Amino acid sequence: MPSMMASNDSPPVLVASRQSVHQGQARREALVGWLFALPALLVYGVFVLLPLMLTIIYSFFDWDGIGPMTWVGLDNYVTVFQVPDLLGTIINAFWLVVWFSLIPVTLGLVTANVMYRVALGRFGTLARTLLFLPQVIPLVAAGIIWGWLLSRSGLINEMLAALGLGAFTRAWLADFDTALPAVGVIGVWVLLGFCAVLLLTGMTKIDQALYEAARIDGAGWFRELMTITVPLLRYEIGVCLTVTVIAALAAFDIVYVATGGGPGNATAVPGIQIYILAFTQREIGLASALAVMLMVLVVVVILPIQRLSQER
Amino acid sequence: MTVTQREIWAGRILLSLLMAFTILPFISIFLTALHPSGTVPDGLAWPEQPQWGNFVEAFRVAHMPTLLRSSTLIVLAVVPLALTIATMAGYAIGHLRIPGARVLLILFVFGLTLPLPGIIVPIYVLERAIGIYNTRLAIVLPLIALYMPFAVFWMRAHFVSMPMELSEAARVDGANAWQLFWRIHVPLARAPLTSLGILLSIWTWNQFLLALVLVEDPNRRTMAGALGAFQGHYATDIPLLCAGTILILLPTLILFIIFQRHIIVALLQGAIKG
Repeated sequence: MPSMMASNDSPPVLVASRQSVHQGQARREALVGWLFALPALLVYGVFVLLPLMLTIIYSFFDWDGIGPMTWVGLDNYVTVFQVPDLLGTIINAFWLVVWFSLIPVTLGLVTANVMYRVALGRFGTLARTLLFLPQVIPLVAAGIIWGWLLSRSGLINEMLAALGLGAFTRAWLADFDTALPAVGVIGVWVLLGFCAVLLLTGMTKIDQALYEAARIDGAGWFRELMTITVPLLRYEIGVCLTVTVIAALAAFDIVYVATGGGPGNATAVPGIQIYILAFTQREIGLASALAVMLMVLVVVVILPIQRLSQER
Repeated sequence: MTVTQREIWAGRILLSLLMAFTILPFISIFLTALHPSGTVPDGLAWPEQPQWGNFVEAFRVAHMPTLLRSSTLIVLAVVPLALTIATMAGYAIGHLRIPGARVLLILFVFGLTLPLPGIIVPIYVLERAIGIYNTRLAIVLPLIALYMPFAVFWMRAHFVSMPMELSEAARVDGANAWQLFWRIHVPLARAPLTSLGILLSIWTWNQFLLALVLVEDPNRRTMAGALGAFQGHYATDIPLLCAGTILILLPTLILFIIFQRHIIVALLQGAIKG
């Protein structure tokens, strides 16, 4: 403490008061600092943290949103696990992860690699801009556009017929077997460009000498991709996976507009089911139990991705 | 880097296919929108008599001026407010290093992975209770709150890198806490603030679930919310639906074409920092 050193030639009383002045000022600064953080904390507390706690509380009650609430313990959670339609939404969410996440990231990696190698000029700029376009339009619009393309008389069937594959035409979003993959294709359309452009920016930072060394060793493009590009892009790939996995598990807009969860429950994901349970069936408790499970699920899936991608 | 001629052509063909996959849906709805209202046209056919009037009709039945005004009002309420309070909080955590800053940061970061469907039901109950349900405020307030984890995190990343000497020099010159923040630090944060502003504007314009659940009147919703309602009304009239969708997309598309570089950079930075 520097003030103790100074106390040799100054009266003790003065030291004490100097210290308290210093402490008082620090306390005042801390208070002013907290005033800066307060508005953000307040709005975040009221409209995010409080609803989060309420969701957990509701999940232990049977409640229609208007009448009295009845404590039911873990019954709502048991119901989610027992009713196939409810548990099915979580299984559907994982299928969407394949479409919204694995395919865009894999295909994005290949696309970024191609753009990096053969298209850096004006063609490359055009490709980047165009592929990125679906990322800025509302997901609702993506749902409407593809709802029409995938319908019985839409573009997809027309192209199949033109290719002589007329036998395969169908109403893709209304068919039990194809509805979920069809919704998945919409996700690929929205997320592919985002992944490709993000991975491309990562690739431009990789040291060229590494590739030249690999070439001398006789590595082909695939081995280069797997032994140099993917490990060095680990962080960017992690970001892509995080963003797209959340988009898949928490999907709502696209599914609501394109299928509404149907046919039957073929495309019902947790987001849709929570909406239906709460706002049409008035089962607030059950909706909340599913909501809690969804939130836990997202954290459980995201944490390992974050761990892996941040390791150096 | 050695790239063979064959590889160049194979790559260009692949990219062209992907570009076609991206752009064909837009072309298809544009051509569909030009067909006579109420018909079910082919996906990619130039109409015999292009019905440009469909756009006029869609403009009228979708109440476009009202929608534009509503969406703009919401963006103008959400973005400046969210930027201001997030910047203040990011400054307190990143630069002032207030006691408890770490805990506060963790509390905000925790919200980054929170899916909106998880908390939408209590937000609805809460807004009914305090009487802002079915007003624009019903979208504005939760949206500001939902942006806080990302926005505070983003601004903190900027303020952490600002040198302490800067503040000390300003303090010696007699600046108080607010002047120091507002006159010295905010002007220096222009770049991260611009990117964040672009991101929040796009996300607000495109917000659907909050609008769907919290505002019944489509004329008080965001653009995406209004589009959802429009689809509900005109789902069977495909040409009109396509014309309406294009009109509602148009402002976004125009802004994207003008600011594409900024927007792409902002969205990528947003993903990487988040």
